[in-house]
Amino acid sequence: MKLLSRKATCNSHGQGSSYFLGWQEYEKNPYDEVKNPKGIIQMGLAENQLSFVLLESWLAENPDAAGFKRDGQSIFRELALFQDYHGLPAFKQALVEFMSEVRGNKVTFDPSNLVLAAGATSANETLMFCLAEPGEAFLLPTPYYPGFDRDLKWRTEVEIVPIQCTSSNSFQITETALEDAYQLAQKRNLKVKGVLVTNPSNPLGTTMTRAELKLLLNFISVKNIHLISDEIYSGTVFSSPGFISIMEILKESNCENTEVWNRVHIVYSLSKDLGLPGFRVGAIYSNDDMVVAAATKMSSFGLVSSQTQYLLSAMLSDKQFTKNYISENQKRLKQRHKKLVSGLEKSGISCLKSNAGLFCWVDMRHLLSSKTFEAEMELWKKIVYDVKLNISPGSSCHCSEPGWFRVCFANMSEETLKLSMQRLKAFVDSAATTNQSNKISRRKSLIKWVFRLSFDDRETIHGDR
Amino acid sequence: MTVTRTSPTAESERPKPTTPATAMRLIVPLQGVVQGRGGLILGSLIPCALFYFLQFYLKRHRSPNPSSDPPSPSTSSSNLAELTRTSSRSNLSSRGSFGPVRVSSRASSIAKPDDSAYYIGLNKVQEDPYHRTNNPGGIIQLGLSESSLCLDLIEKWVSENLTDSILGTDSGDLSISGIAAYKPLDGMTEMKVAMASFMSRVIGKAVSFDPSQILLTAGATPAIEILSFCLADHGNAFLVPTPYYPGFDRDIRWRTGIELIPVHCRSTDNFIFSKTALDQAFNQARKRGVKVRAILICNPANPVGNILPRETLYDLLDFAREKNIHIISDEIYGGSIFGSDEFVSMAEILDSEEVDKNRVHIIYGLSKDLSLPGFRVGVIYSYNDSVLSAAKKLTRFSSVSTLTQRLLISMLSDTRFIQEYFETNKRRVKEIRDSFLAGLKQLGIRCSENNAGLYCWADMSALIPSYSEKGELELWDKLLNIAKINVTPGSACHCIEPGWFRCCFASLSQEDIPVVIERIRKVAETCKSLS
Repeated sequence: MKLLSRKATCNSHGQGSSYFLGWQEYEKNPYDEVKNPKGIIQMGLAENQLSFVLLESWLAENPDAAGFKRDGQSIFRELALFQDYHGLPAFKQALVEFMSEVRGNKVTFDPSNLVLAAGATSANETLMFCLAEPGEAFLLPTPYYPGFDRDLKWRTEVEIVPIQCTSSNSFQITETALEDAYQLAQKRNLKVKGVLVTNPSNPLGTTMTRAELKLLLNFISVKNIHLISDEIYSGTVFSSPGFISIMEILKESNCENTEVWNRVHIVYSLSKDLGLPGFRVGAIYSNDDMVVAAATKMSSFGLVSSQTQYLLSAMLSDKQFTKNYISENQKRLKQRHKKLVSGLEKSGISCLKSNAGLFCWVDMRHLLSSKTFEAEMELWKKIVYDVKLNISPGSSCHCSEPGWFRVCFANMSEETLKLSMQRLKAFVDSAATTNQSNKISRRKSLIKWVFRLSFDDRETIHGDR
Repeated sequence: MTVTRTSPTAESERPKPTTPATAMRLIVPLQGVVQGRGGLILGSLIPCALFYFLQFYLKRHRSPNPSSDPPSPSTSSSNLAELTRTSSRSNLSSRGSFGPVRVSSRASSIAKPDDSAYYIGLNKVQEDPYHRTNNPGGIIQLGLSESSLCLDLIEKWVSENLTDSILGTDSGDLSISGIAAYKPLDGMTEMKVAMASFMSRVIGKAVSFDPSQILLTAGATPAIEILSFCLADHGNAFLVPTPYYPGFDRDIRWRTGIELIPVHCRSTDNFIFSKTALDQAFNQARKRGVKVRAILICNPANPVGNILPRETLYDLLDFAREKNIHIISDEIYGGSIFGSDEFVSMAEILDSEEVDKNRVHIIYGLSKDLSLPGFRVGVIYSYNDSVLSAAKKLTRFSSVSTLTQRLLISMLSDTRFIQEYFETNKRRVKEIRDSFLAGLKQLGIRCSENNAGLYCWADMSALIPSYSEKGELELWDKLLNIAKINVTPGSACHCIEPGWFRCCFASLSQEDIPVVIERIRKVAETCKSLS
C-alpha cells in the first residue's frame, strides 16, 4: 500500500463540516429556474453577482485590455513570459489605488508593500506560514468564516483559538473575550502569535467599530503579537456607520514609526468587491520588510496569471469606472439586503443589523426545538432537504450560541430570492401550525391528566403510564 | 561506614577552574570534606553545586546573538562572496529586529537573499538585461529555460480568435458570469478535457490521458509542492537523480520540510541513473533513519536535456515497487523534443504493462511546451484516487484564473493550430540549438547528447582553473561579470562532476548567437592562457 502523508489523510481540511456538506447537497440538486425549479437554492455561497453588467459594459468598451493590447500595441509576448513574483507594476499600482478609494482615500498604500497571491485563500495561508511556527496559535473572534479552519491550519499546522463573542452585544469583541482567549491558549500550551479578524465581518456582515479596532490595537501592542485584518469585504459596505480600516486607526494614533506598525497586516481580494472569484486575485499588504520579502517568494506557489493582471490593471486604472462601480455596487447591495431582511421579517425572522457583506446573520433561535446545537442541526437539515435552501449553520462558523444562520443574498436573481423567501415562509407557517397543534394536544393531555388527578383515580393514572 | 573517596579527577573535572593553582585550592578542601563525616554526600554535592553555578553563570553571560551589521554592498563585481555569506541582507532595514515576534523561522530562511548561483545569476540579469539596441552591453540571459521562438504564432491565434474564446460567447453576447463566478478550484471540466486531449497528442502519442485524473494548478511549481505535501511528511525524503533543476530545492523543501537526497549520475552514463546508484542512495538514507517516500525524475531531463530510455523507466518501476515508494515524473518538457529519439511518457509505460499504477504521478504544464509561463498553468496527473482526492482539496491555494482557462480551452482544442505550432516550434528550436552548438564547438566546448529541452549541457571543464566546484564557480563568475552572459553552473544543479554548465538558447535569436559565442571566446582565451 502506497501510504499517503499524514496531512493528506487527516481531517484538518475540515471538508466534513456542514458548511461543505450543504454545498455538496446543493450540487446534487441545484435549483434552476427552468430546468430544475424544485431544486435547492444556493444561499450558502458569498458571491457578488449583482454588478456583472457593469464589468461587462466596461469590457465591451475596452476590448484592448482583454486583447493583450496597450495603446493599440500588442504586448502579448511580454505578458506570455511574465512570471515575476513581484507582480506587474501597473497592476499593483492600480490595485493599491483602488484599495485607497474603497477606504474613502483616508489612507494610501505603497505598492512595494503589496504581495499578490492567487486569491485571499492563498494570501491568508501564506501569511500564516510567514508569521507562525507549526503548533503556534492565532486568535479569531467567533463566529468566523468556516474556510479558515482549512486555510489557516492545514498545511501550516497553526492552531486557531476562538475569541467568544455573543449576541448580548451584537457579537462585538470585548476586552474580556480577548483576555479569555489568550488565557485559554496559554492553558493549552499554545504560543499566541497574533489575532486575525475579518472586517467587515463574515458571517456577521457588520463593520468593526472604532472602539473595537482601538481595543485590538492596544491588545496586540501589549501582548507583542501580530494583527491580520482580512478586509476582503471592504468594498461591500452599503450603509452607515461606514468602513474604518485598521490602517486608518494606525494613522490616527500616529503609529507610523512604532513597533506596532510592522505587526499589522491586511489581506485583500477582488473576489467579493468586484465579484471576480474565478480570476484568483488576492493580496497581502504589510509594512514589515521581512514579511513582504518572504511572502513575495512564497507567492511563487500562487502567482496571478499575467493575462488577468493586465486586464485588471487597465480596468482599475479607469478612475471613472472604479468610482461609478463602487457606488453603484453599494447601491445594489443595499437594495438586495433590504429585500432579504423584509422577506425574513414576513416569516417572523429577524437578523443582526448589518451594513456590509453579501449575507445576513439570521436569528432562528425561536425555531429551535431546544437551545442546543443538535436542534440547530435538526433545523438546518430540514431547511436544506425539505425547504430546499442551502444556508450555513452557525455551528459551522463556530458560533457560541445555537440558532444563528448565514444567508447569502447577492448570488442569485431577485426572483430566486423571492422564491426562497416564499419557501421559507411556507416552512415557518407550517412549523407554527404543527407547534400549535402540538401545543393543543399537549394541553389536552394535560387537562386529561389533571381531570384524572382530580378524581384521584391513582390506578388509572398508573395504568395510563 | 567506610567513606569512599570520590576520585580527585572527577572532582577536578567538574568545576573546570582556570589555573592548576586554583584547582588545588578547590580540591584540597573537598578532599577534606569527603574524608570527614557525611563526606561522601557533601563531597559530591559541592562539585555538583559548583558545576551548576558555573553553567548558570555561563548562561547569563552568554554573548548576545551577533547583530547582523548590514554588509556594505560589494563594490567589486564578483558574486562569489554572496555565495558564502550567511547574514541576511534583509536585516538592512533601519527598523532592525525589535523583538522575537517578527516572523516565523521558515519565513526568515525564505526571506534571506538567494545563495544559489542559479538565482543570483537570474537576479543579476534583471538588473542589467541585454537588449540588442537599447543595452548592447547588458547581460545576455542563458539561465532561464524558456522559449520565445513561437510566441508570434500564439499571438496571431489570439488576435484572430479572442473575443469568442475569452468571454465564452456561446450566446453571442459578452457574458462575464461564465468566467467570473466560482468554478471548481481544481480546474473547469472543459479545461480538464482540453488539457487531457492536448497531453494525449503532445506527450502521450498512442496513450490518451483521462480528464478525471487531472488537477490543474497555477503552474508546475505549486503542482510539485502540492503533490509533495500529499506523499510525504516533514522529515521524509525524495531521491532525485543529479544533476537536477535548482528550483526543486526551493519548491519541494521550503514549506514541506522534505529532504532531497541526490542520486549521483555520471557523464559516462550520459547522466542516466543506474539501479546501483538508486539502491545505494536508498540504503544510505535508511541507515540515517530517513524514510524515503518517492523518487523524483525529470523526463526529458533538466538540465541535461536527454530522454530516459524505456528500459530505464522499467528499472525505475521495479525499484519503486521493491522499495514501496512513489514515482513523480516531471514531464514538463515532454513536448519540447527536437532530436531523433522518441519521448516515452510514464503514461505510455503504464498503459502497456501490467503494473501497479497507484504509485505513479506525472507533473506537466504549459510554461515550456507552449511558452506561456506567465499564464500559470500546471497539471498533476495521478492514477491514485486517494492522492487525487487529497491534492484536489489543496488546489484551492493555487488555482488557475478562469479568464486564462477560457482562452486556453479554445486554444488547446484547436487541433489544427496546435499541430502547426508544434511542427514550427520543433523546427525553430532545432535551428537555434544547432547554431548554438556549432558556435560552442568552434570554441572547443562540446555538449552532452541532448534531444529535448530548451537548453544544452555544456562541458567547460577545460576552461576551469581547478577541477573542483571552486574552479567551476570562478569560471561562472567570469562568465557572468566579465563576459556578461548568465549560465547555470553544474554545482547549482548538484552535479558531481565539475565544469558542466546549462546554457538556455531558446530565448535567443540567430543574431544573438555570434555575440554570445564571441563573449565566451574572450573569457575562454583568458582561461586557456592561465592554465
